[in-house]
Amino acid sequence: MTAAAQPPRIPSDDRLKWALREALFAGLISFGMFVLYVGLETTQNIRNQLVLNQRWGLLAILVAIAVVGRFLIVYFIGPWFAARKAAKAAKTEVPTQSLLRRNIGWIALLALLVFPMAMVWLVGPQKSLKWVDNYGVQILIYVMLAWGLNIVVGLAGLLDLGYVAFYAVGAYSYALLSLYFGLSFWTLLPLAGILAAFWGIILGFPVLRLRGDYLAVVTLAFGEIIRLVLINWTDVTQGTFGVSGVPKASIFGIWSFEVGADNNFAKAFGLRQSSAYYKIFLFYVILAMCAVTAVVTIRLRNMPIGRAWEALREDEIACRSLGINTVTTKLTAFSIGAMFGGFAGAFFAARQGFISPESFTFHESAIILAVVVLGGMGSLFGIAVAAIVMIGGTELLREMHFLKTIFGPDFTPELYRMLIFGLAMVIVMVLKPRGLVSVRNPTAFLHERKAVSSAFTKEGHG
Amino acid sequence: MEYFIQQTINGVTLGSVYGMIAIGYTMVYGIIGMINFSHGDVFMLGTFAALIMFLILTSLVAGMGVAAMLLVMMATAIVMSSLWSWVIERIAYRPLRGSFRLAPLITAIGMSIVLSNFIQVTQGPRNKPIPPMVTKVYDVYGVTISLKQILIVLITIVMMTAFWYVVTKTSLGRAQRATEQDRKMAALLGIDVDRTISITFVMGASLAGVAGAMYLMYYGVATFSDGFIPGVKAFTAAVLGGIGSLPGALLGGLLIGLIESLWSAYFSIDYKDVATFSILAIVLIFKPSGLLGRPEIEKV
Amino acid sequence: MTQHPEERRLSGDEVLRVEHMTMRFGGLIAINDLSFSAKRGEITALIGPNGAGKTTVFNCVTGFYKPTMGRILMRRSNGEEFNLERMSDFEINRDAKVSRTFQNIRLFTGLTVLENLLVAQHNALMKSSGFTVLGLLGWRPYKDAAKEAIEKARYWLEMINLVHRADDPAGDLPYGEQRRLEIARAMCTGPEFLCLDEPAAGLNPRESLELNTLLRSIREKHDVSLLLIEHDMSVVMQISDHVVVLEYGAKISDGTPKHVQNDPRVIAAYLGVEDDEVDEVLEEIEEVAEEVSHEHEAGQPTGDAR
Ligand SMILES: Nc1ncnc2c1ncn2[C@@H]1O[C@H](COP(=O)(O)OP(=O)(O)OP(=O)(O)O)[C@@H](O)[C@H]1O
Ligand SMILES: [Mg+2]
Repeated sequence: MTAAAQPPRIPSDDRLKWALREALFAGLISFGMFVLYVGLETTQNIRNQLVLNQRWGLLAILVAIAVVGRFLIVYFIGPWFAARKAAKAAKTEVPTQSLLRRNIGWIALLALLVFPMAMVWLVGPQKSLKWVDNYGVQILIYVMLAWGLNIVVGLAGLLDLGYVAFYAVGAYSYALLSLYFGLSFWTLLPLAGILAAFWGIILGFPVLRLRGDYLAVVTLAFGEIIRLVLINWTDVTQGTFGVSGVPKASIFGIWSFEVGADNNFAKAFGLRQSSAYYKIFLFYVILAMCAVTAVVTIRLRNMPIGRAWEALREDEIACRSLGINTVTTKLTAFSIGAMFGGFAGAFFAARQGFISPESFTFHESAIILAVVVLGGMGSLFGIAVAAIVMIGGTELLREMHFLKTIFGPDFTPELYRMLIFGLAMVIVMVLKPRGLVSVRNPTAFLHERKAVSSAFTKEGHG
Repeated sequence: MEYFIQQTINGVTLGSVYGMIAIGYTMVYGIIGMINFSHGDVFMLGTFAALIMFLILTSLVAGMGVAAMLLVMMATAIVMSSLWSWVIERIAYRPLRGSFRLAPLITAIGMSIVLSNFIQVTQGPRNKPIPPMVTKVYDVYGVTISLKQILIVLITIVMMTAFWYVVTKTSLGRAQRATEQDRKMAALLGIDVDRTISITFVMGASLAGVAGAMYLMYYGVATFSDGFIPGVKAFTAAVLGGIGSLPGALLGGLLIGLIESLWSAYFSIDYKDVATFSILAIVLIFKPSGLLGRPEIEKV
Repeated sequence: MTQHPEERRLSGDEVLRVEHMTMRFGGLIAINDLSFSAKRGEITALIGPNGAGKTTVFNCVTGFYKPTMGRILMRRSNGEEFNLERMSDFEINRDAKVSRTFQNIRLFTGLTVLENLLVAQHNALMKSSGFTVLGLLGWRPYKDAAKEAIEKARYWLEMINLVHRADDPAGDLPYGEQRRLEIARAMCTGPEFLCLDEPAAGLNPRESLELNTLLRSIREKHDVSLLLIEHDMSVVMQISDHVVVLEYGAKISDGTPKHVQNDPRVIAAYLGVEDDEVDEVLEEIEEVAEEVSHEHEAGQPTGDAR
């Protein structure tokens, strides 16, 4: 099934034959794969018994797609790809960065700053909600989480599969402390970060000695433990019911967004009540938080600690031979990453107003990790792009109502969201194993800054 | 005492299922050093294959014996799990061989998402209950042992023996071990490495298929999300036993099963998974290579 | 770990002393009751056939392995003494100022050449950055320290003739340059005792000659004592002051290069002769030894620094 199996330069009618054979084979295989799961559907009848529904038409369509798709891939796309690869290999130089590329950060920041206003202006406050909140805020939360995890995975090379635990710690810290003690968002935001970092240290200390995939397993286990504790410690967390009525963030205590409050924002400015203002405010808050994350990450990277993280990812033993205390170095990466997760969690709780353990499943960790890896480990820009594509892209699926006219009224695009997300993960990774941005920017230079091709960087052992 | 024995039996049954899934994790990890995250969902595909075959058999072939039915269900589960696992390996893992270490991990996570959502989309999100197939129960000195428990343990023993034979006594097993040790050298010596790896995936998946069929028989229900928790538990078992070690996987599975059922019985059912994961973390912290794994000395 | 003066156990001119060190891997005895010492300001060579346990000695000295038995003492130029076998690997570099290279080069291949040298100055830079906190806020003295670190790196790049490759990834360098870079990286940690594991392996004759010059200047200009594993006898004979010979984990000879070179046990070890046959072949061997030593004397470059 791999294009690599294709022998180079075969006469075209042989290739046609070969492609046809591959297509037939793909058809057979996909028939085998789908015959039970697609051809038959298990449904409950009126007596609540399971019965089978037959869907041979759908099966035929899928098999046909496999056959045609395979044929196209083998006959057209494969050779085209190989040619492009060869052409790329011919010019080996890392392209010098254009003015646009170099200032992309500033341009993006500017665009983001005007984004909510532009949306309000374009579609009105009520309709802008969707764009500012579902797209803007949600994507930025993932950007922030992924940037936080990037410190752990991308820079220090420690595979953390339980990152969402720190997100949960942040969210529950804010939700519970604000509900029980009435503390404000702006006091609790740093506190949530500190608590998450603290948990990072507690969890990290015993496990960071572990090598490689064991670390991944233990972090996964810790992530699950924290989620299970949240579910079962009902006295405090209300278990699966979740914590609701989490107070909203205020504009530094001056204006509030709680509807009944005297200093309500809309009232103070004589505006019509709308939740859009709060969402726009949240957008700027998370944007600022992302900016802080980016600045801190960039600065840290240029500091001895950041360089030690990257060195650790490359070769831990060499690090130790240079007098670097690898345990504390890992621990700082782990806890700083956790801290950003905690910030994001507090923000998430303030935005949702309701949190439950459901939001902090392994699934979420996997998505964040996927964004980091798909973006290109270590590259803030690539990660942001990956977050936009993966999170925004799946969000867009909700919009695709026109699909209903094609596939019939029963078709619910949301259902396919995660399926497509998963497929996209696989496809992007297979096509670009090093992620979207795979070059590394050195942290210091003597003559000129040259990007380091990913062929040399290593991905860490932990 | 009876209560304890009863819970131990339940634990061993559950542990057998985990152990069989764990074999797939351990073999794949052993041979290509990758956590095959989609393996739990391959197991779930196995339960669904068995479920659908069960429905086909009950609606088409009236009055078929339970034993024959179980056999057919198991065979179907094996075939489907193996086929899917083989295809997944070909399209999502093989192109990434020798590349960036995290890349196959990400595609594996992606595949796991794809598989569970594929079943959710095609078969619906609801629980799928079937009428109990094997109901016979024995009473031994106050301890109830059900026939299905005996079946599960017996099938596990049979499968494991067959497996052990293949891995230690055949040339295929030798090829696997050679590939595990040094892939390049194995290739130079004429071992078809790609094929060996494919077969490893298929072998692991077929055990997951068997486990899936037994899981369905035991619990009588299947859901699309069933891959995750048993998958994670089985993976935990593999690591606990020492990843890369076949007896370790079985031992780990049994331990996890026992911890789970005894913890639920004596402490709290809510925290049974917390107990499992905590014990995993503790074992790894104090014995990082697992119970039966070979300790790795870093050669400098 | 610092010893009181009255407990001082190394004489002033000793920098490292290994006492009765044994290292076992399961049943395998890699090092067996080994004792030797290295003098300050000297280049000590550790030689022996493949698998004799040389790298294992290094790993014990630098803390990567913990010896099963024995003591390893190190004395810094300020008189501080350390029990290396009780310290962990990074402390040995940080506090006892022992630095090393690896037989299989371990550079940070994805970092640039310059960055490799900056990572080596981690501890110094960490201090001057106020453990990151002050540096993060843009503290002035840290900026100066960072500049100084780059200058130090530049100095070492000049020493190893790699200034022009400073901004290329270390993985992109040819083998010989990687070896030199690894030595420079070890030197950037500011060591007093430098352990080099086969620095000349895989070098061509010209590079090998350059290496000799480099090692000598390291010893003379930087007050560093060296411990060197080497298979290339010409390097050993030319630059070392003192040679320790290992075979099957035990010391079989110890002395000046001349002495070792003529030691029949050494020659027997290298030719693979059993102990009891030594006498029989002694005569034969002496002839060979003579030839070898002549060759080396002829091969010595003019202007030898000694
Ligand atoms: N981590 C380890 N585990 C088990 N055995 C080891 C380990 N490290 C070294 N050995 C064994 O110790 C013995 C000495 O090895 P060592 O690497 O010290 O030899 P060497 O003198 O450096 O050889 P060479 O000249 O080939 O580098 C060898 O038999 C080796 O297999
Ligand atoms: Mg060696």
